[in-house]
Amino acid sequence: MPHDIEAIAEQVFAALADPTRRAILAALASGGPATATDLAARLPITRQAIAKHLALLAAAGLVQAEPGERRRVRYRVRSAPMQVAQQFLAVLARDWDSALDALTDHLDRGA
Amino acid sequence: MGFPDRIERTVQVAHPPGKVWAALTTAEGLGAWFGDEAAIDLRPGGSARMRFSSGFTVDMRVERVEEPAVFGFTWQIYGLPEDDPRRTYVEFTLEPAGAGTRLRVVESGFAQLPEDAHRKAYDGNTEGWARELGELTGYLDAA
Repeated sequence: MPHDIEAIAEQVFAALADPTRRAILAALASGGPATATDLAARLPITRQAIAKHLALLAAAGLVQAEPGERRRVRYRVRSAPMQVAQQFLAVLARDWDSALDALTDHLDRGA
Repeated sequence: MGFPDRIERTVQVAHPPGKVWAALTTAEGLGAWFGDEAAIDLRPGGSARMRFSSGFTVDMRVERVEEPAVFGFTWQIYGLPEDDPRRTYVEFTLEPAGAGTRLRVVESGFAQLPEDAHRKAYDGNTEGWARELGELTGYLDAA
């Protein structure tokens, strides 16, 4: 079992555990790359708090800083770590219990 | 180790393997209990597809066909983008048990991470991943 997958998933879930970071990531995912100022206009969070969270999310590799207009730094969501965490969720979401119940019912009905 | 690679279930079914086999490997069977509509080309390398009432469809590739004992296929990991190369392998094993069947399903490969995906997850992240995990988590929590 590669330790890396665990480490990446841990980062994603730690980021998502905080409501402010969830709001920031959700805004970037739905609205595309944005600056801290853009986000402050859309979210009920101060620009300073947003900038701080963005710096932490960037350090954790969950958002990527890139040069924007007028040399303002824009942030975009990095999907790769999210996809790794999603693998973990996929295990939880795969409902073989219901599927096997449905199979049993199907066979019994046809008997 | 919190990241499971496989799911495994065994159920006892009160019907003979031949009947269970038909439910698992025919479009009629799969469409009745698994998806809402199914198509299947039952041979190794053959393709299969299931459509669910939600509108979601899943493409499968048949891998093992050993009637009436082993049926295996791969499919995409739910929730990942269409072009993501990762797939899990599902294998049904049917064993006669009394008048019925012992049916086992194993789905494996959830923890796989090919090289390119591995690189993608790390690229553009020179500072963060160099740190200890605990340190980074504490860093996020402190915000």
